Amino acid sequence: MATATSRLTRVQAINWNRLEDDKDLEVWNRLTSNFWLPEKVPLSNDIPSWNTLSEPERRLTIRVFTGLTLLDTIQSSVGAPTLMPDARTPHEEAVYANIAFMEAVHARSYSSIFSTLCTTREVDDAFHWSEENPTLQAKAELVLERYRAEDPLMRKVASVFLESFLFYSGFYLPMYWSSHARLTNTADLIRLIIRDEAVHGYYIGYKFQQALAEATPQRQEAVKAYAYDLLLALYDNEVAYTESLYDAVGLTEDVKKFLHYNANKAMMNLGFEGLFPAELCDVDPTILAALSPGADENHDFFSGSGSAYVIGRTVATQDEDWAF
Amino acid sequence: MHPPRAASPELIYFSTRSGNTHRFIQKLDLPARRIPLERGAPTLEATSPFILVTPTYGGGEVRGAVPAPVIRFLNDDANRALLRGVIAAGNTNFGAAYGLAGRIIAEKCGVPLLYRFELLGTDEDVTRVCKGVREFWTRPS
Repeated sequence: MATATSRLTRVQAINWNRLEDDKDLEVWNRLTSNFWLPEKVPLSNDIPSWNTLSEPERRLTIRVFTGLTLLDTIQSSVGAPTLMPDARTPHEEAVYANIAFMEAVHARSYSSIFSTLCTTREVDDAFHWSEENPTLQAKAELVLERYRAEDPLMRKVASVFLESFLFYSGFYLPMYWSSHARLTNTADLIRLIIRDEAVHGYYIGYKFQQALAEATPQRQEAVKAYAYDLLLALYDNEVAYTESLYDAVGLTEDVKKFLHYNANKAMMNLGFEGLFPAELCDVDPTILAALSPGADENHDFFSGSGSAYVIGRTVATQDEDWAF
Repeated sequence: MHPPRAASPELIYFSTRSGNTHRFIQKLDLPARRIPLERGAPTLEATSPFILVTPTYGGGEVRGAVPAPVIRFLNDDANRALLRGVIAAGNTNFGAAYGLAGRIIAEKCGVPLLYRFELLGTDEDVTRVCKGVREFWTRPS
């Protein structure tokens, strides 16, 4: 495949007052205003809740978070930096620097959870497990292969799949605990990560679509086919990973629906149609509500069944009221 | 394909350069006009009752959730007078702020938040909104 792209050829002092793409500033502002650190979340309030979990439930939770740590580590140290040389603008490079740092914060956050809730022995066991687990290592390898390859478009595809799909077999569990009123502070921290990943996937996907639009129709078709192939390879592995973790607690089928739902969103971030039909994406409403309070409510005014749609009271509106 | 000045009910929408909402609108195949992205561009004038379709901005705060060009468009009394409902795009990853722009506009303008969808919208979203919009314009008010 041709790999021509308009790379920056030399380093220039970055001028944020001269934008080539205002999306760069919009996303920079969004990411910097979303900045957070794990110390902000009172994780120690979850200690009593943690003590109510059974030993297998605790082991599952630590393993899930260790798997997420691995993905964040990859994205921080390899994924986001790998995208920098392909940047179309200096501002895009700066956004990737922000993403790389924030992924390091995410990876660091799991260790905060561990040091608050778990014994050193439990955590050491989980890190050992992560190095030996074939499906977790396969997931890392599938992505790293694309990061090392010479195709800048596929680097972005792999990056969006990591940000918008691969995390979700892990994110499911804290949402599940939260929906059962357990580890709710930990879930608050995970929601901050989930919010960040949405912006990352959106932005990398946007830059992917810009580059793809400039490619020849043949190359566009090839990249699209390649993206679907990679998604399916990752999905097959994700199912095996999910089974290895969640079969013991009987949640595998429910997690898979969450995977389908998020795989479709990952494809949409790349500008492609979703792969999985609606009937495979009917995520448990309590999980959806844990992710987005109110998202399970029916806002479908059209169907006439919407109990929760908003109809506001009319208020006299002055122009200055619109300064949201 | 779409007349510049629609005489019948229409959709008016905003979409940034990323074009997610634009692509959703294209799939609907209903009369629709786009609020200009550029600050200096002449703003759109509503000429008949319309439903507004807008993405949600920002990281979950009320401030900044409604895109500035949409605010400028709604600042026009004549436009606001013809607004009948709002449809919001968003992402459930933003938690309680999913589709927040739609809720803010609905409350401020006293119109129903008709629907929310994520990113480009799924086929099911397209079917529901297409059917819903057609029926909405024929129901007795």
